[in-house]
Amino acid sequence: MTDASINTQVQEGEAGFGDFVALLKPRVMSLVVFTAAVGLLAAPVSVHPFLAFCAVLFIALGGGASGALNMWYDSDIDAVMKRTARRPIPSGKVAPQDALALGLALSVLSVVMLGLAANWLAAGLLAFTIFFYAVVYTMWLKRWTPQNIVIGGAAGAFPPMIGWAVATGGISLESVLMFALTFMWTPPHFWALALFMNSDYEKAGVPMLTVTHGRRSTRRHVLAYTLLLAPVAVGIAFTSIGGPVYLTVSVILNLLFIKGAFDILRRDEAVAEADKYRVEKRFFALSLLYLFLHFGAILAEAALKPWGLGGW
Amino acid sequence: MQFREEHELHKRRWSRNLGLGLVLAAFVALVFGMTVVKVSNTDFSNAPGATPQQTGTK
Repeated sequence: MTDASINTQVQEGEAGFGDFVALLKPRVMSLVVFTAAVGLLAAPVSVHPFLAFCAVLFIALGGGASGALNMWYDSDIDAVMKRTARRPIPSGKVAPQDALALGLALSVLSVVMLGLAANWLAAGLLAFTIFFYAVVYTMWLKRWTPQNIVIGGAAGAFPPMIGWAVATGGISLESVLMFALTFMWTPPHFWALALFMNSDYEKAGVPMLTVTHGRRSTRRHVLAYTLLLAPVAVGIAFTSIGGPVYLTVSVILNLLFIKGAFDILRRDEAVAEADKYRVEKRFFALSLLYLFLHFGAILAEAALKPWGLGGW
Repeated sequence: MQFREEHELHKRRWSRNLGLGLVLAAFVALVFGMTVVKVSNTDFSNAPGATPQQTGTK
């Protein structure tokens, strides 16, 4: 092959390696890695460290694959929204068909490799998670119902359950409660974001609750889901993965979260706009800390157990 | 001596090729590591065709 055969036509959008990595939503992957690792480490069965590492990696890869499929299908929406307009497809760096191919290839690879590294129940749960996020949430719910993120939140809630299944080969009350914690946390987390990003969703035509039912109703929904979340979160403390450390952390965080939700409810739009949604943004930041510290406390309980300190 | 100035396009392709190469090398290492762990942690004494000499039991 001569140098003359190389296509040197200038393509401003030619993707670099980093653009393909961006398709996998690395920030979401980091949450998946963390919650899956906690699910795996909190389980009562130990896994060889290298296999555990591989399993978490393949779970993250599956999450990344579903992210690529989401970006492929949602590129029209992403192009309209300010927050997502610079993503690889709308910015023209990656061709849509390349994103689709990457998403499908990584989906198959991650599921098969997780099955080989761990077990086929974990692999099946990962396959269902990818299907749920890419098809049920992205293709169906997101553009159809304002409850999109409530049901779609299940996709983000599966990783700790998969991590648990990697270790135990099964599903139990603890793994279901870890799923429920993330599932119930998603609505207040995203609706708080939607309160100060409303114009974007409106422009893209996504039926976010703020667009279809208004901000007043969204504020009520944030409080309702925050109140429903609290017993689930605190309830984990009384299972085999909980303990006094978790209970203390959970009670404090839930009191703060409920207070934040009441603060959001009490405000009207004029006040919120006047201080540039300070309370809503603070609640959103707290929600990130809320999930991180809950799973961190589960991990702490598991880490303390060898010294006879974790659990009840 | 460089005949042609390297275009920005080539730099991006180089980053992509290098990244893909490293990912493939890491994948090979992962599969190798998984194989070693699985084989060394599996009890083959009850495997079909296993003889007492192979398993070390009498």
